[in-house]
Amino acid sequence: MTIADTSAPVTPDHNTVLSRMRRALRQVPFSVGFGIAWLAGMVLIAIFADQIRPYGITAMDLRSRLALPGTFPHLLGTDELGRDVLSRLIQSIRMSLVIAFGATIISAIFGTTLGFLAAKFRGVVEHLVLVLADFQAALPFLIMSIAILAFFGSSMSLLIVLMGFYGWERYARIARGLAISASAQGYAAAVVQLGATPMRVYLKHILPNVASTLIVSMTLTFPEIILMESGLSFLGLGVQPPETSLGNMVGFGREYLTRAPWIMLAPSLVIMLTTLSISLVGDWLRDKLDPTLR
Amino acid sequence: MAHLLEARDLVRTYQVRRGLLGKPTPVRAVDGVSLTVRPGETLGIVGESGSGKSTLGRMLLGIDAPQGGDVVFEGQAMPEFGTPQWRALRARMQLVYQDPLAALDRRLTIAQQIGEPLDIHKVIPKEHRAARVAELMAAVGLRPDQGGRYPHELSGGQRQRAVIARALASRPKLLVCDEPVSALDVSIQAQVVNMLRDLQDMNNIAMVFISHDLKVVRNIADRVAVMYLGRIVEEASSDVIFKTPLHPYTKALVSSVPVPGKMLEGRVILQGEPPNPANRPSGCAFHPRCSLANDLCRSRVPALLVAGEGRTAACHMVEAPADAVAA
Amino acid sequence: MIRFILTRLLRAFITILAVITFAFVVLRMSGDPAQVMLGPDAPNDTVLAFRAAWGLDQPLWVQYVAYIKSIFSGDFGVSMRDKASAIQLVIERIPATLQLTIPALLLKLAIGIPAGIYAALHRQSIIDRGVIFGAVLGFTIPSFVMGLLLVLLFSVILGVLPSGGQDTWQHGILPTLTMSIGGIGILARFSRSAMIEVMGQPFIRTASAKGLRWKDVVWSHALPNAAVPIVTIVGFMVGSLIAGAVVVESIFSWPGIGRLLVVSVTNRDLAVVQCILLMVAATMVVSNLVVDLLYGWLDPRLRSQSAH
Repeated sequence: MTIADTSAPVTPDHNTVLSRMRRALRQVPFSVGFGIAWLAGMVLIAIFADQIRPYGITAMDLRSRLALPGTFPHLLGTDELGRDVLSRLIQSIRMSLVIAFGATIISAIFGTTLGFLAAKFRGVVEHLVLVLADFQAALPFLIMSIAILAFFGSSMSLLIVLMGFYGWERYARIARGLAISASAQGYAAAVVQLGATPMRVYLKHILPNVASTLIVSMTLTFPEIILMESGLSFLGLGVQPPETSLGNMVGFGREYLTRAPWIMLAPSLVIMLTTLSISLVGDWLRDKLDPTLR
Repeated sequence: MAHLLEARDLVRTYQVRRGLLGKPTPVRAVDGVSLTVRPGETLGIVGESGSGKSTLGRMLLGIDAPQGGDVVFEGQAMPEFGTPQWRALRARMQLVYQDPLAALDRRLTIAQQIGEPLDIHKVIPKEHRAARVAELMAAVGLRPDQGGRYPHELSGGQRQRAVIARALASRPKLLVCDEPVSALDVSIQAQVVNMLRDLQDMNNIAMVFISHDLKVVRNIADRVAVMYLGRIVEEASSDVIFKTPLHPYTKALVSSVPVPGKMLEGRVILQGEPPNPANRPSGCAFHPRCSLANDLCRSRVPALLVAGEGRTAACHMVEAPADAVAA
Repeated sequence: MIRFILTRLLRAFITILAVITFAFVVLRMSGDPAQVMLGPDAPNDTVLAFRAAWGLDQPLWVQYVAYIKSIFSGDFGVSMRDKASAIQLVIERIPATLQLTIPALLLKLAIGIPAGIYAALHRQSIIDRGVIFGAVLGFTIPSFVMGLLLVLLFSVILGVLPSGGQDTWQHGILPTLTMSIGGIGILARFSRSAMIEVMGQPFIRTASAKGLRWKDVVWSHALPNAAVPIVTIVGFMVGSLIAGAVVVESIFSWPGIGRLLVVSVTNRDLAVVQCILLMVAATMVVSNLVVDLLYGWLDPRLRSQSAH
């Protein structure tokens, strides 16, 4: 905005935001549009999985085992036990998205909190966070997850919590850096000087200012968590039967690669398109919101 | 009259490492400064960059802890930075910054930020908040519609007005202004300074006005303290110090301020290098740039002594008048 | 410089110690090692004897010190299944893993970096578009999908390559490809953006303005400066070689460390898992250390900054 419109009547803020969004939407490239549509579809499928799933995921149709895709009544065919691939796919999408979503949130909260603590207390706390980040960097996440699952056995909640440790150091680094620069001079120091408690300074002022950068980082972490979870499930260490996830389906489909490749191809395609969509949309968001993050 | 703020012998040193492998050496940014501020009074603090005036301002507010000396505000010792007592005291003392854009949160509207001290210190009931914000905005000369704007949508002068309104929200008794107008256009500077003076008169606020610019200080200060390399070298009431400066450094500063309708005559031009706190000359810190300096100046630090009624100076060349000693 | 190296060494040491502590804590938290090692049906006096023999009746910190001592003397415990020394089992598998990871790494370097640099110098060319597309594939296709797709194409449909095992050199082709395809794309993309950034710097324009030949500008000015970010990502790739091998070795039944890890986890063979864990961490820490030291050599500015 320039000085020229100082005399213009004040418009309610959400109006300008809406029109800005509309203008931005018109400039969306095709690939990003596709990504948004695909992700919206995935989210809808995850929410309404119970309603749109034609069969139960464990319902066996023993007369039509390993049925080809496109044959009625099994649109995507059936697996070795005659279970409907489409129904299992829908349930898997829900499972993988729920895990990735929960884990992304946990990781963002955990990382941001540690980053803020490091910025606030410096000294020992900061070194501790650095050691933790070094530790995380020293152990490839897949190996660490495998080890933990080996020692404790796999369960759904452990899996989400474990995935929630993925990528926290990225948020911590961003949150710490931005908080330190805001506290050294500028608005955060000014608010401290007004007498605000550290809680208020960090939650009401610093957090909203770093939120867009953090959200962009989430678009980086989210697909990586999907890949990580499906990798673990593929190895049989993640989501356990009778539950099913995308990686888990690929893992079981592998046994029938020669006779029924569709069991494995359908979830593979969903994984690829979903991660592709998120990185397309994420890249685009990054350019729009935060050109400094590359 | 009782003092609102009293600072005694404040010292603040920084560790500076010279070069990559140099040993850290202490640098005295503020070196034994004492001053007092009475209610409703304005004390101007003048000095070049590196004179320690901003550090002094932060110590007066308790943001930086002094390594020596103490600050007493309204008869109470300054609480430690960040403690609840320190935070509560913010309602009584406030800071106005040099760069208003950096001091404002770019994600909140002007009105939200002006009202923030009200939320923090809960000085008035919630339902009066909007009225008080409107009143503050009017007092600093902002239009009501500008309350919904974001900082980057205002001009520099308007932003500084917003910062001042925020500082005044909790009705403080002391305002420390650290170069409040030096980032503004010269045409705006006078407006903001005049506004500050009016607000001060109306609300009986005491002010510590820090600036490198003698012209600005002259317009607003009742008393002026001149700082050089962390020490006060001369202090007197505003009229006196501009009419008859005693310290050679003050003389040089005063002579460089143009007076309308007068030629710049007898102008004392400062020689030598600007002061560097890390490399402090022996004796009187000003002696390398002083035309009067002699051996005494080079070897002994002059004390800040009474040099007339209500004025002090730290210079070997200034004779203490007989009547002042008697008084 | 000495100070720089010392701080890095100290950090590396602390990190290794943190990983060992992590292994110890997880091991103790996961249950009574006596029960785990001997099975739930073990008679009570056997369990007690085991505890005494392994020092499990000592206070926790004594156990911790003893644990660290045994780790540093190379004693990682005994594999539950084979009753063989855990470290022995792991060492036996190392050559097989290296047979896959070294060629895969060389492929990534030999194709990824030149492709990325070429793409940066010829923006919008077919190679440039190919690099961008390949990088997207590298980021979005997980290795287990890539591996299965390659098997489907080359083993099931075309029938030209074996789908699993380690008998002939042909058996190594598909796993190596699976491991390298994604990495090639990622490395190419990194090299491309590092190079583009350097080419936009003022000193490159100065060098061209001085009248230097274009080839000399690229070779002696742009490339050394683009090397810093490329070295980072290569270091990361070296450090995570074993992690990448886990999935690929499982797909192709390749008897390396990765497969050993998955099998040991399924059997809860804790001694072997812990041994691999520490080995992977050591690889990662050492490669990070080498990258850090390389930095200091490539970019003297970083050296003086981190000395503070």
